[in-house]
Amino acid sequence: MSNWETVIGLEVHVQLATNSKIFSASSTAFGAEPNTQASAIDLAMPGTLPVLNRAAVEYAVMFGLAIDAEIGMTSVFERKNYFYPDLPKGYQTTQLDKPIVGPGKVEIELADGSKKSVRIHHAHLEEDAGKSLHEDFHGMSGIDLNRAGTPLIEIVSEPDMRSAEEAVAFARKLHSIVTSIGICDGKMAQGSMRFDVNISVRPRGSDILGTRTETKNLNSFKFMQDAIALEVERQIDLLEEGGTVTQETRLYNGETRVARSMRSKEEANDYRYFPCPDLLPVVLSEVTVERLRSELPELPDARTARLASRYALSDYDAAQLGSDRATANYFEAVAANADPKLAANWMAGELAAQLNSAELTIEQSPISAEQLAALLQRISDNTLSSKMAREVFAALWAGETDVDAIIDQRGLRQVSDSGALAGMVAEVLAANAAMVADYLGTPEEKRKKKLGGFMGQIMKASKGQANPQQVNQILLEQLQALDV
Amino acid sequence: MDHEQLQKLATLSRLTITAEQQAPLATELDNVLALVDQLQAADTDGVAPMAHPLAIAQPLRSDIASASADRAAFQAIAPATEAGLYLVPKVID
Amino acid sequence: MHNLTLTQSLAGLAGGDFSSRELTAALLARIEQFNPQLNALITTTAASALEQAERADQQRAAGSAGPLCGVPIVHKDIFCTDGVRTSAGSKMLDNFIPPYDATVVERLNAAGAVVLGKANMDEFAMGSSNETSYYGAVQNPWARDCVAGGSSGGSAAAVAARLVAAATATDTGGSIRQPAALCGITGLKPTYGRISRWGMIAYASSLDQAGPMARSAEDCAALLQVMAGHDDRDSTCADNAVPDYLAALAARQDLTGLKIGVPSQYFGSGLDSAVEQAVRDALAVYESLGAKLVEIELPNSALAIPAYYVIAPAEASANLSRFDGVRYGHRCDNPQDLEDLYRRSRSEGFGDEVKRRIMIGSYALSAGYYDAYYRKAQQVRQLIKQDYDAAFAQVDVIAGPTTPNTAWAIGEKSNDPVSMYLEDIYTIATNLAGLPGLSLPCGFAQGKPVGLQLTGRHFDEATLLQAAHLYQLNSDWHQRCPEEFCQ
Repeated sequence: MSNWETVIGLEVHVQLATNSKIFSASSTAFGAEPNTQASAIDLAMPGTLPVLNRAAVEYAVMFGLAIDAEIGMTSVFERKNYFYPDLPKGYQTTQLDKPIVGPGKVEIELADGSKKSVRIHHAHLEEDAGKSLHEDFHGMSGIDLNRAGTPLIEIVSEPDMRSAEEAVAFARKLHSIVTSIGICDGKMAQGSMRFDVNISVRPRGSDILGTRTETKNLNSFKFMQDAIALEVERQIDLLEEGGTVTQETRLYNGETRVARSMRSKEEANDYRYFPCPDLLPVVLSEVTVERLRSELPELPDARTARLASRYALSDYDAAQLGSDRATANYFEAVAANADPKLAANWMAGELAAQLNSAELTIEQSPISAEQLAALLQRISDNTLSSKMAREVFAALWAGETDVDAIIDQRGLRQVSDSGALAGMVAEVLAANAAMVADYLGTPEEKRKKKLGGFMGQIMKASKGQANPQQVNQILLEQLQALDV
Repeated sequence: MDHEQLQKLATLSRLTITAEQQAPLATELDNVLALVDQLQAADTDGVAPMAHPLAIAQPLRSDIASASADRAAFQAIAPATEAGLYLVPKVID
Repeated sequence: MHNLTLTQSLAGLAGGDFSSRELTAALLARIEQFNPQLNALITTTAASALEQAERADQQRAAGSAGPLCGVPIVHKDIFCTDGVRTSAGSKMLDNFIPPYDATVVERLNAAGAVVLGKANMDEFAMGSSNETSYYGAVQNPWARDCVAGGSSGGSAAAVAARLVAAATATDTGGSIRQPAALCGITGLKPTYGRISRWGMIAYASSLDQAGPMARSAEDCAALLQVMAGHDDRDSTCADNAVPDYLAALAARQDLTGLKIGVPSQYFGSGLDSAVEQAVRDALAVYESLGAKLVEIELPNSALAIPAYYVIAPAEASANLSRFDGVRYGHRCDNPQDLEDLYRRSRSEGFGDEVKRRIMIGSYALSAGYYDAYYRKAQQVRQLIKQDYDAAFAQVDVIAGPTTPNTAWAIGEKSNDPVSMYLEDIYTIATNLAGLPGLSLPCGFAQGKPVGLQLTGRHFDEATLLQAAHLYQLNSDWHQRCPEEFCQ
């Protein structure tokens, strides 16, 4: 074990899944042509004023309720002043002293099955900035303000994490919570969740925090894991060589796996926060908060527990399915018409593998829950062997729609008629007397190995359509009968 | 207000102060600060800061994406654009 | 025709004495004649004004005349006007043509008003003399070597010189009332939140309020009627019902029962004795109309200017950050890098007073000074509001001088910002408390107009307008015309 202890705190920016921006009625849809979703307000045209989006407020409250936080019944927007081309007003409208979500906590589960509680310092509402495009326009940068004004909550954790693993588990849990309650689409690649990681190290046993650095804007769990490992190693190396860590903001490039200090943040800033005079205090009523509480969708932990008990799944399977709302919904739709355990296995196996390699989410799955359920039914009723089932799965994935039609067209029906199978087995045994003699001459404990040869012959005779479990059973019975 | 403070303010405000402007500006700002320093005489113990003249709460807007973003109209008055983007000297993160 | 008030013009249009086109053309000719010296307007919109006038005449003929159908006005150049350069008196926006209208502009257009042009103003409304305008100072029609006041100096001078009967303006610390007083006209700063700020270029957002300027309280009432009311584009615009102001004027025949508070703090040192005399005479008229004068105290009055010069610059320092040379407005030539773009565009685009206020505001908000300045000023703001709350528990209206002095010579105070700031001593507290205030002409001192200021309860513009209207029915100060502009 290292002599150093890692201390990690996260600041997580979560884009809220509203239709319109936090202070304007511009669309928040991703991927539009540059500046076609930048209205007069988003461009900070002179004389324009913000009006707050109700959905952004309610989504922030829902997050607070989901992490059992104190809700800021009166929250206040402030201006954070700095100049940057992607910040049209020259200040970001955000919250500071009176955030909408106060202290709360998030439970994380670690690989060894242990649990840990990470404290949330607060979460506040704010507006996203635009984007600077660094492609070269004759030595200039291009500014796209479509993203400017997209509502965010910034979730600030306490420095409670002690390893990259814990930090990633926390990040994944937040992803699970915000997507489960439907306040964020969770699309990491589109920047829907971005992580700033504050990292410091200290001698094990010390209770004084070391100097921290902040690595900004990580947008994948993998990058986060790698960036933390790299930064921890850098800091430890520095300290072990007798150096000191400089408090700074760093950027990690996930492609090149290199981190560097951010030049634009070198100059010490003085943000001159003050209450935004264009916005009034946001006052929540008990009625609103209670309504949001009663309407709050099921949280991941509760869903996992429910799946485990209702479908008799293992804790592991339930956690895999329960952490993501869309996955859980898909599972429940399959399990409504098929064996739940089989559904869990297929979702974790074949389906997950295919989705992964095609980079699709469960919601984009070309195979619907109904289709998968129909397929699983044909496994349960012994129509399909697992090998056949994979063939049907591939056909569904490729765009065919009807499971039974696929089975019929390809003649994939497995023979489960025990009379027919017994005949087939008897024929193969009769045609292979030497193999039978060899089998019967083998000591009982070693006979199992010899069964494969018979199975191969029988399956070949049945053109692959014999039900292997049944064949196995009948084969053993017939060989037993010969062993006298 | 000394040279260093003045330059720090100029930087925060993204303004340039030339050498000739510096001394008169410092005097003017000092005069204004002397005026506002009269505030220090006020007894404000326990007085809540007043951010706003109206004691009303923030109204909330329905989440409907209805704003028009007439890029052509907005960019017609912009100093430098290309391919729908506003151009600025190279941004270095 | 130029001697007609807005109300008289409306009557003439309605009676068919003249058309809006004739009235508009006559005033445009006057603007052409006088504006080059007066400098009251930055932009004249003759072609579109004549089009609007013709449309108004057609509407009137068709029986679909709005409440201000065919009446010419000018807008302070702080209100965004679709397709018409809106400069805020700054080089920064010398090339800025907004593709949208301010709510105030939209409403006045809808009511049928004809826009003759955009009025000169102190740069970004920061000033009390109109001398900070990139387009130069405005002459006071009563004394052309004197300032017209500010920041709405162009609106005030245009009305006083009979270039137009009415104008829009804004008031952050006295910018409607002070130039109204200095130019001998009537100006109303409504309650904060009475009129939408959408499309009005911000100086200090928690203080800025639009309002009308005209030659009578009656005209101000007619304009306020159209300008006031909720706008869901401005979160700080109140949802209170808008009363019928003209009906309120007609409903009150005397001021019996009205209690007018006279704050001792408004008659102390610094007040010009001739100005004081004019104001005392006006108060005597009020007594004769049935009002009761009550001595009151506004103990924290002296702290209003210090509090204002923290709060307003602090808000301004952020409000003016959007002027960065990226999306609109002035951009320096050949910026070397991003810093150079920002610093040079802003240094070239902003004048000295704007730069001073931005820097003062940045200072008051910066680390280590926030509590001593910004927070302290907000606490003092609370004390000032409490003073008014206590006063309005006793009285209905507060009266006093609008300014301590009459108009001063152009250039006299421009090198001494603080002495200029002190000219707003009686008007600023009203903005800090968000109250409505009105200035009306009440006499002359040194041959220049003197203004009487009335301050009212939140959203009680009606009482101020009644009190001013009844005074104007019993005096003729508001009808006086600077000699050069009478004919």
